[in-house]
Amino acid sequence: MAPVLELRNITKRFPGVLANDHISFTLEAHEIHALLGENGAGKSTLMNILYGLYQPDEGEIIVRGQPVQIHSPNDAIKAGIGMVHQHFMLVPVLTVTENVMLGDEMLTGGIFLDRRSAAQRIRDISKRYGLEVDPDAYVKDLPVGVQQRVEIIKLLFRNADILILDEPTAVLTPQEVNDLFKVIRSLVDQGKSLIFITHKLKEVLATADRITVLRAGRVVGSTTPAETSEASLAAMMVGREVSLEVDKAEPQLGEVVLSVEHLEVLDERLNVAVDDVTFDVRAGEILGIAGVQGNGQTELVEAITGLRKPISGHIRILGHDVTHATPRRITELGVAHVPEDRQRDGLVLNYPVADNIALQEYYKPPFARGVVIDERAIQREAAALVQRFDVRTPSVHTPAGSLSGGNQQKVIVARELSRPIKLLVASQPTRGLDVGSIEYIHKQIVRKRDEGAAVLLVSPELDEILALSDRIAVMYRGRVVAIVDAEVATKEYLGLLMAGADPTSVPVPERRHKRVEVVT
Amino acid sequence: MAESVLKEIIPPVTEVQRAPLWRRIWEAVQLPALALFTAFVVGGFIIALSDFKVLEALADTISRLNPLGYALLILTVMVLIGGVLISRRPEVILRRLRFAGTGRQSRWFNIIAVLLTIAAVIILLVVIGFGPVLALAWSAVTGAYGALIEGSLGNSAQIVTALQSGDSRAIALAFYPISESLVASTPYIFAGLAVALGFRCGLFNIGAEGQLFIGALTSVFVGYSITGLPAILHIPLALGAGALGGALWGFVPGFLKARVGAHEVINTIMMNYIAFRLSEWLLNGPMKRPGAVPVSPFIEASAQLPRFFPDPIRFHLGFFIALGVAVFIWWFLFKSKWGFEIRTVGANPSAARYAGMNIALNIILAMCMSGALAGLAGANEVLGVNYNLANAFSSGYGFDSIALALLGRSHPFGVVLAALLFGTLRSGGTRMQNVAQIPIDIIIVVQALVIAFIAAPGIIRAIYRIVKPGEGEVVFTRGWGR
Repeated sequence: MAPVLELRNITKRFPGVLANDHISFTLEAHEIHALLGENGAGKSTLMNILYGLYQPDEGEIIVRGQPVQIHSPNDAIKAGIGMVHQHFMLVPVLTVTENVMLGDEMLTGGIFLDRRSAAQRIRDISKRYGLEVDPDAYVKDLPVGVQQRVEIIKLLFRNADILILDEPTAVLTPQEVNDLFKVIRSLVDQGKSLIFITHKLKEVLATADRITVLRAGRVVGSTTPAETSEASLAAMMVGREVSLEVDKAEPQLGEVVLSVEHLEVLDERLNVAVDDVTFDVRAGEILGIAGVQGNGQTELVEAITGLRKPISGHIRILGHDVTHATPRRITELGVAHVPEDRQRDGLVLNYPVADNIALQEYYKPPFARGVVIDERAIQREAAALVQRFDVRTPSVHTPAGSLSGGNQQKVIVARELSRPIKLLVASQPTRGLDVGSIEYIHKQIVRKRDEGAAVLLVSPELDEILALSDRIAVMYRGRVVAIVDAEVATKEYLGLLMAGADPTSVPVPERRHKRVEVVT
Repeated sequence: MAESVLKEIIPPVTEVQRAPLWRRIWEAVQLPALALFTAFVVGGFIIALSDFKVLEALADTISRLNPLGYALLILTVMVLIGGVLISRRPEVILRRLRFAGTGRQSRWFNIIAVLLTIAAVIILLVVIGFGPVLALAWSAVTGAYGALIEGSLGNSAQIVTALQSGDSRAIALAFYPISESLVASTPYIFAGLAVALGFRCGLFNIGAEGQLFIGALTSVFVGYSITGLPAILHIPLALGAGALGGALWGFVPGFLKARVGAHEVINTIMMNYIAFRLSEWLLNGPMKRPGAVPVSPFIEASAQLPRFFPDPIRFHLGFFIALGVAVFIWWFLFKSKWGFEIRTVGANPSAARYAGMNIALNIILAMCMSGALAGLAGANEVLGVNYNLANAFSSGYGFDSIALALLGRSHPFGVVLAALLFGTLRSGGTRMQNVAQIPIDIIIVVQALVIAFIAAPGIIRAIYRIVKPGEGEVVFTRGWGR
């Protein structure tokens, strides 16, 4: 049988970049085809071409044996191609039905919206594919996982049978990821074909029928989960062996650097987000904070870095009380902060890389002399750091916003870790990054710890917490429910605590074997 | 498999230099320049179509058209549409013609296509019998724009003869239009800088007009009430008073924004009304000169900004002060650490807070400086041009400056260029009205078109097929509310 979709020799050039270099790709019927690649490998460009957002410079698109021209998303939908973007395109204040109808309204009498039959069709679709959703709920009230279902329903409503999912798991909790995989299966079982874009290796191996790996705009190879492994996929993506284990020595503990006592912090809606939290972090150790996102980690980090005022309790850094200190004072005590939302807090996207490198220290020598900013000094320092931290950017004058996510994160890491710091607060330092960048950033964090800095690592990814931490604190509903030694922590144990199990009733696992050190 | 992959080395980082200066300038200037050009072209059509003689001739010609004429007219329209369509997709056509269809080829193809279309349309129209109409329209447009140029820059023949004669009075008269344009540009430079500085901090200062009034009030007060000071002290004092008054008017909305989050657009508009009514009251009461008219007393001679030429040339020191201030603002914004903070707060307040900057302080500082600059515009007018303050003296310098700051892309040097343009248009428009009988409103229409095209660069990009969006495009203000 002919493939449902075939891309032949697709080439797309942007000024200075060959984003897609003669890419050929086929999607068979009833297939989940994973498109794997690092950020900037050309996955998104390829899919945007398929979805009509870009025009290819060369090459053809063939749908069900017919060559097609796709000039707009409308053309794509007519050809039966639908795409769920990483960032959802939903109107929060409208209901599910209204969102699904947008742009494809069912009408009665030519002018009135026929919400009832649309809602009925949505119910049919959701029953058929196991996409549970209430058509009358407002989108703003739905959890992210359900919003994603609405996006998928939108496509099915328009009779798409080739579905593209762009990084669908990036925003989901582990439970929601499992639900999504079930949905994907049922879609394929019922005749849809699916392209699944991701850089997460485990997910690819768990769900895909076939895997195509892109690197630097070219197809590196195609394989199936049975024929490959995580390590070899990572090597294909990055172009070299990648060590997925983090190699670290015993911690050399020093004095207490960060001490948090009975801290209480409110969130925007004045609910208690951090509830009576107490812990210490010593020089030379990494304290990991595990927890499902939204359990107070964000507010805790903001309180420690001075961005949010606690209502009670104390925060001390190297003995100084900084409970009510400004961010500037805390930074000057030797604290580095890798923020959770890099684009909102960590970077000024339309500033060049150089100015972003200077963002924390622009006001003092060598970046400023008196009130005058020394641009040359900034550019020199930026060029050196770009080199040292392997930031892939055309130049230090390039706006940070035009770098890929991984390189944006490296700019922040370069700025924060190049200073002589005593405490590193890293919040989801590798969110949305590819394996190569993750490996790199992990190494940098461990290096800082070995140099004697205290590290507070916050991440909802258990793999990351387990790989890096010396001790692990679990947060649930604003409280630290347990602090355990990393050597006794297992994924299952932490998972139970993260889900709210009573710590006294969960048996502490046996001490694990010492981690095998991988020599690279 | 993996081994062959391993052999490939990821290309190393190459250090690309920043684009050369001329290129960056061209990239910054091309959109405003094209917007300006387009606005004048559209303005030309409006001038032609609002001319009674043209319209009469048009109606006359149409009434005498025979069937062949109608057929040709339809053909003309088709040629026009065809030309537009061809120039929209040059790559496709070039490829059909077995060219490579590169950017350069399609650019030339496009230019030729457009020129040929225009030529064909004109020839057809002349053949049909629209020749006299076209001639009339052409003379209406050239007459209007000619008067505009003559009124703002002077008559070249007059300048040449005056220079040859060596008569200082003749020379002065020949250069009078240019000097008037510069005089009109001066307050535009100050007020444009005021709005641009606000934009850089993410603030939309609509209150430049009110701040300008307050600046004029305070400086005129210092100008007439203090006597016996030497000019070297009196002028800076009066200018400083103007800046201070404007700064106060900017401080209020700045403080409200920083402290309680009140949107500056609302508050600056409200402050405008307070300023207008306050000046009205003062000029009718405490600051009124004896007599019937609500006008302030004349300022002391020691507070007058010196003029360089005898009457009637009013060109004065204020212009050079404005240029100096523009250079200072450029340095402040792009070379000092205060400017770095203000720009960061404007570009991304969350990141500014994360980097330890004091957002409230920067917003207040930016609004005060913005107000001070607008106040200087008012001070400049009373100290350099009018020597007293009358009701409603400004006639919209503060409001025009919003448009002007956009045109100048919120860059001090761009603002200076835009201010020169606006001053020229303003002083030339009067002459256009007198000579060519074109209402001065056409100038406002052209200005409005410029702003529309600047605010919607997509239109210009589509018309001139500029593919690449300009790098580092400035985000002027953030959305309503937060």
